Amino acid sequence: MTVFFFKRLGLAFLVALFVSVLSFFMLRAAGDPAIAMAGEGATAADIEFIREQFGFNRPLLMQYLSWLGNALTGDFGESSYFAKPVSQLISERLPITLGLGVSALIFSILLAVPLGMLAAVNPNSLIDRIALSVSVLGQAMPNFWFALMLIVIFSVWYPVLPASGNAEWRHFVMPTIVLGYYATPAIMRLTRSGMLEVLNADYIRTAHAKGIPASRVLIKHAMRNAILPVVSIASVQFGYMLGGSIIIESIFALHGIGQLAWESISRADLPTVQAIVLILSLIYVGLNFVADLVNAWLDPRIRIA
Amino acid sequence: MKKAIICIYVALALGAGAAHAGPEDDTLRIAWDGELPTLDRYFNVLREGILVSRLIWDALLYKDPATLEFKPLLAESYRFVDSTTMEFELRQGITFHNGEPFDADDVVYTLEFVSNPENRVLTQRNVSWIKSVEKLDDYRVRLEMKQPTPTALEFLSGPLLIYPNEYYAEVGPKGMGTHPVGTGPYRVVEFKPGESIRFEINKQYFDGSPKGKPSISTIEQRTIPDRNTQITELFSGTVDWIWKVPADQASRIVGRPGISVVNEQTLRIAYLSFDSSNRTGNASPVNNPLVRKAIGHAIDRSAIVSKLVGGVSEVVHSACHPQQFGCEQDVAQYEYDPEKAKQLLAEAGYPDGFEIDFHAYRNRPYAEAIMGYLQAVGIRTSLVYLKYAALRDKVYAGEIDFNFMTWGSYSFNDVSAITSHFFKGTQDDYARDSQLIADLELGDGSVDSEERKNAYSRALKSIADNAYWVPLFTYNVNYAFNDKLDFTATADEIPRFYSAGWK
Repeated sequence: MTVFFFKRLGLAFLVALFVSVLSFFMLRAAGDPAIAMAGEGATAADIEFIREQFGFNRPLLMQYLSWLGNALTGDFGESSYFAKPVSQLISERLPITLGLGVSALIFSILLAVPLGMLAAVNPNSLIDRIALSVSVLGQAMPNFWFALMLIVIFSVWYPVLPASGNAEWRHFVMPTIVLGYYATPAIMRLTRSGMLEVLNADYIRTAHAKGIPASRVLIKHAMRNAILPVVSIASVQFGYMLGGSIIIESIFALHGIGQLAWESISRADLPTVQAIVLILSLIYVGLNFVADLVNAWLDPRIRIA
Repeated sequence: MKKAIICIYVALALGAGAAHAGPEDDTLRIAWDGELPTLDRYFNVLREGILVSRLIWDALLYKDPATLEFKPLLAESYRFVDSTTMEFELRQGITFHNGEPFDADDVVYTLEFVSNPENRVLTQRNVSWIKSVEKLDDYRVRLEMKQPTPTALEFLSGPLLIYPNEYYAEVGPKGMGTHPVGTGPYRVVEFKPGESIRFEINKQYFDGSPKGKPSISTIEQRTIPDRNTQITELFSGTVDWIWKVPADQASRIVGRPGISVVNEQTLRIAYLSFDSSNRTGNASPVNNPLVRKAIGHAIDRSAIVSKLVGGVSEVVHSACHPQQFGCEQDVAQYEYDPEKAKQLLAEAGYPDGFEIDFHAYRNRPYAEAIMGYLQAVGIRTSLVYLKYAALRDKVYAGEIDFNFMTWGSYSFNDVSAITSHFFKGTQDDYARDSQLIADLELGDGSVDSEERKNAYSRALKSIADNAYWVPLFTYNVNYAFNDKLDFTATADEIPRFYSAGWK
């Protein structure tokens, strides 16, 4: 297990490093950040000032190494747009995105797991059909459209929820539903198929034969085993949610890290983009790492492979 | 299950606070998509930054948006001593939001600070003409220019806002950017960079300001990136004012009860720009003036304006905005005539047309309409659609043969902000015409308005005759707001909330 742990940790570290190199050089190739920062109407002298001020005139490799060195100490430099430390900017905005991601994940698990179980217990029944259409709809419906529909219904027709902002919990209700619903189909289908497989297993028949109540068999015996793949897909879905929240944050004017990333790209705020890419990839790599460990802990066969 | 759903509904209904906008709580709630990183106007370049800065600060002069007259603001009077020297008498008894009194020291400190290149304010053009500023006594100031600057009054009534010297010396641009202090009609009580700003009325705002006395007690700004969300917030009454609503959406809002939509000109124009001097070295067909004229004749600009751009926009023929000082209107025009376009192409040696890259950075539908018209006369374009910064990068590097561009003249009502910007031999200039450069130099350097007009007239006629640009149309902006709000849109695209009130 220890060997496995360090192997995986080293791999995760390499992936993160690779992402940082790639994002750094691709961003620099995309355009001259000094021109973007100067804005319309700037003269050549304005641009030259900015270039010197932010060190864009140094060799690329030097820029990368000094950035990496500082990043390791938690110093991501200063946002060229907001003129304040990137670490401060991120610490203000990351909680919004994480909060949204966590609540969306909880929402989708609360919706998907019971639905998936009901569908599995009653295969090909009406409930199964409903669960199937819920998941098809979730997969097919573009989330920006779903978001706008919710806004129209709950903010314009029946104004019970604020359309945008991030001041209090009510602002997070619609974004959570939209983002959570998007992850529902995958979790639900996996729960359903896992349950179906397990429910047909011999030990379930044995449990029933022993006279254990059906609900207890379902929850204690069947679900425990069926839920394993769900745990790993949930962690992957969480990573997707952090990345996929860009659109949702933009529509609901949640000033989270996704929207910050998007805006920073268009205004060539390189220090901010680099830091966000690194942090999101670290979170993603971290989640995968944890999922690997959990799986290995649950299933000894994985440790050897 | 039913019970649970009802419970949720009740909870939501109870939780829905009365966050309603409008006159009830005398709070004007505004939203836009721009993220202001700092409120220090010298260190942000966003248009929203201009309108915010005019709430917080005053300049020495003020330009009346209706009459375009210059009036004294923080100055009581001003005069030109000679073509490079101005003197200002300052108003007395004005205080900044923090109680610091306003006097000559503030003017000298601010203008000296911003015009010092080492302080690196973002738009050097606004300040680079200032040579020195000198205090004559507590309420008199003399300003020396490096050369005669006919646009000095534009600068002094626009971007050159006066900061409190003691406070600015203490906190610098960073402190000013988060906790701004000015003399203006509103003061900032809360600022979350990129998210929201809260203004409160400055009850001590001085009598006799040409800006007038502010009337709305609180203004709350929120950044909402998504246009549709902005509109739904307006519909639900949680936002009172939005702007830059696209033409198609504006037409659907018009007539909705409780909402006014106003369309107003801006100083921005769209134009096609060509490499007339073979700066790229591509020997492109557009090097030939006949081809450029053919392109002028190929495009039905009136149709683009009426079908796509909408509003109060109009076709332009001169390389400037018709409202700008010196924008000669009597220039060669290339009316829509595809047959003539084909004929000119044949004359230029392209009877079967040609292929060319067409660069653009905004308004893709307009670019595509232009491409359709060009296709009809045999010019096959392939669109290269880039971010503004990236396209500008290529323009500066001398790599662009043909592009669809726009220019807003940073709200300057003078052709020097557009024609001189693009045709004076700088990195933006693809015409490289020495006679044109000489005329523009003359116009930019003179303080005699007749002489300036004549020089610009020659320049603009030459640009049209040579078809260095094919000017297309003016832009407009749609404002949508609560119809209880008394708001007047102005052609300089700087909303003035200090003159707004409730009906």
